[in-house]
Amino acid sequence: MELRPIFSTLRRHKTTAWLLILEIALTCAIVCNAVFLIGQRLQRMDLPSGIAEHELVQIQLGPIGKNADAKAQSATDLAALRQIAGVRQAAMTNQMPFSCCSDSTGSIMLDPHQQQGTAQVAEFMGGAGLLSTLGAELVEGRDFQPSEYVDFDAAVQALHDGNARGLPQEIILTRGLAERLWPGQEALGRTVYFGDALPFRVIGVVASLARPKQLEQGVQYSAVLPIRMTVADGSSYILRTAPQDREAILKAAVAKLKQLDPNRVVLVKRTYDDARREYFAGDRAMAGILVGVILALLTVTALGIVGLASFWVGQRRRTIGVRRALGATRGDILHYFQAENFLLASFGIALGMVLAYGINLFLMLHYELPRLPGIYFPVGALVLWGIGQLAVLGPALRAANVPPVVATRSV
Amino acid sequence: MFGYYLDLALRSLKRHKVLTLLMVLSLALGIGACITTTTVLRLLSGDPLPQKSGQLFYPQVDPNAKEGYIAGQTEPPATMTYVDAMFLLHAHRAKRQAAVALTSGKIAPQRANERPFYSDGVQTTADFFGLFDAPFEYGSGWTAADDEGGSQVIVIAGFLNQKLFGGANSVGKTIRMNDHDFRIVGVLKPWSPQPRFYALDLGGHDYGGDGDAMFLPLKTAMDLKMGPQDIECYNAVTDVDNLAAAPCMWLGVWAELPDQAAVADYRTFLANYAKQQVAQGRFSRDETALLDLMGWLRDQQVVPDDVRLQAGLAYGFLLICVLNTVGLLLAKCLRRSREIGVRRALGATRGAIFGQFMVEAGIVGLVGGVLGLCFAELGLFGIRHQPAEYASLAHLDLSMFLFTFVVAVMASLVAGLLPAWRACAVAPAPQLKAS
Repeated sequence: MELRPIFSTLRRHKTTAWLLILEIALTCAIVCNAVFLIGQRLQRMDLPSGIAEHELVQIQLGPIGKNADAKAQSATDLAALRQIAGVRQAAMTNQMPFSCCSDSTGSIMLDPHQQQGTAQVAEFMGGAGLLSTLGAELVEGRDFQPSEYVDFDAAVQALHDGNARGLPQEIILTRGLAERLWPGQEALGRTVYFGDALPFRVIGVVASLARPKQLEQGVQYSAVLPIRMTVADGSSYILRTAPQDREAILKAAVAKLKQLDPNRVVLVKRTYDDARREYFAGDRAMAGILVGVILALLTVTALGIVGLASFWVGQRRRTIGVRRALGATRGDILHYFQAENFLLASFGIALGMVLAYGINLFLMLHYELPRLPGIYFPVGALVLWGIGQLAVLGPALRAANVPPVVATRSV
Repeated sequence: MFGYYLDLALRSLKRHKVLTLLMVLSLALGIGACITTTTVLRLLSGDPLPQKSGQLFYPQVDPNAKEGYIAGQTEPPATMTYVDAMFLLHAHRAKRQAAVALTSGKIAPQRANERPFYSDGVQTTADFFGLFDAPFEYGSGWTAADDEGGSQVIVIAGFLNQKLFGGANSVGKTIRMNDHDFRIVGVLKPWSPQPRFYALDLGGHDYGGDGDAMFLPLKTAMDLKMGPQDIECYNAVTDVDNLAAAPCMWLGVWAELPDQAAVADYRTFLANYAKQQVAQGRFSRDETALLDLMGWLRDQQVVPDDVRLQAGLAYGFLLICVLNTVGLLLAKCLRRSREIGVRRALGATRGAIFGQFMVEAGIVGLVGGVLGLCFAELGLFGIRHQPAEYASLAHLDLSMFLFTFVVAVMASLVAGLLPAWRACAVAPAPQLKAS
């Protein structure tokens, strides 16, 4: 196809052509970045938690001051909860991956004299059976033994008295954290330090266990401590069951707990899936908004192309008629308009890529986003070319249908 | 003359219905998106206490270890230790001051066969209410003596009073919270500043809600071991229950400083305190800060990144919509070169042609604005159903309503400028010759 006549025509409509190019460029730039942002959100929502997500339910009761009976009560509750038909396992934990509200972190150190911690680590605490209830997969070493557990209030007292013996001596880390602390080396048997140089020996490594929040500090930087929690410490009961039984188990468990003590306040009762959905609700909403914006942008741009192309076709009816009379086929006319649109879109896309890169740089500076991957450029180009061709098809077909007789008819 | 332009414009718009619809729709979409996001942005960056925000200041000192400190770059932490907060309060260098932390408590029902429930509360000092202009329905706040003595007194919010006492004057009555009796000394009128500026870094939410349900003296809360929502420790803690002495930051301090001189004095006082603490070896950094309320909100970036991103996106969108409208108007006006030629030949001036096309663009803008307003309402409806703290606050107010029309007409006039200019530059002779 000869491009020269297209160029000379466009030169006669410089302003309009430039407007269209600019519109396509801006659309391209914004759509590229918006798609990238959506990708980021989806990636975040898809982060692995390392636990048996679809099998867990969580119940949190309101803490009632310092209750001396809390320990006994929690033990009774757990025993009662395990009795419910369908409950496979039950445990207490102070926090769950990707879920709002409670969150305990500590600064982990490799050397007792270190001034600043190596990483901020989420500390999961709970009594026997926590790991297996959560479904966290132990890949190295072993789980805690019954003798290694310490009660939470005893641990607090030991901390107060400066008695390191009263604190747990063992710890289980995630593989991600172990890799961060000792890259490429064995983690088992090594010692880490928390707080005032308190030593903990690594006895196990779990494949994955995501932190509750502050994901920017390292999603997988978590540790498990053998500390028995009670309702008084703001901890939750977690129950593991078959996925289809979760709702029923949740109801039964709440009923059971209320039956044991009708004066208790249930703060949280939910399946883990709900907790996770709630945690990422903002990301999902933002992704939805971005999808809406992209669709609206592409529609507006496509309609703009349709509008302009229709006008050009209308304006050039006579020229088209002359060309047809001189022997141009319908296909020639059709291709002419398609090529013209392709040309404009190409200019727009080229400009748009530069703009997209610029916007990405700005976002990287202000919103801590990574760099736009190269793949977005060819894909964005293809999409815009496609939309341009689709939009111009109608007007181009109309142009192709202009009869040659227009050339001789006086207006 | 204007009436004639109007008539011409309406005729022209009617002749190309689809095109007109296209222009109006695209402009309306852009405007709707912009108004929606601007409303949210304004809502979130608004002044929670307009009559007083200029006099409220948030002092900060830095008890963290020397390591990691870069002079002039490291900002002091958002909260204070009990020791520092109490020193500032007891020095009485401001008109009023208050230390604030958040808490929650289990409230026993007044009537039998009702269930206990948890409510959010604030632990603070006596001047809190005067400092923030919190309005009382009944009674008043507690006194400095209550602060010192750790009296079990409480101020409750109107909605809690409604829930517990059916809205009657409950001053002097007793409520049971966390298994302790508290005497009610005051009931607040509905009071819920947005954002909840006094608790930005103390845990909990920044926006939404009916406000905190109860307010009790700091010392009382500490005596009863009602822990604050958020604690940040800069040293190894040996006794978490003794918050008064622990190397932990958990209090926000506010000071009312009525004029420039008072602010300057307080700044010097704060700097001297930090220097003195460094000299005594308690602090290793002498950085201090004293931001006013709005400065503090900016510093804490209360406006979520997502909202700013959405606003940027909406303005980009509007730009594209305007470009689109310019293109369509331009194409349209160029097709009407002959008509312009005839009008010019019959004596219309360039100004008249320009005016005619601007009127046409203005009509598109006005209609686009009205439709854009509908889209904005729709957008805000969508925002209200978003999972965000501020969702319930998203409403169009009168100023945004007017803003919509200014934006709409401005956008369309800017869009009409180029086509109108091109139209009035059309030379009449060639156009007439061509036919």
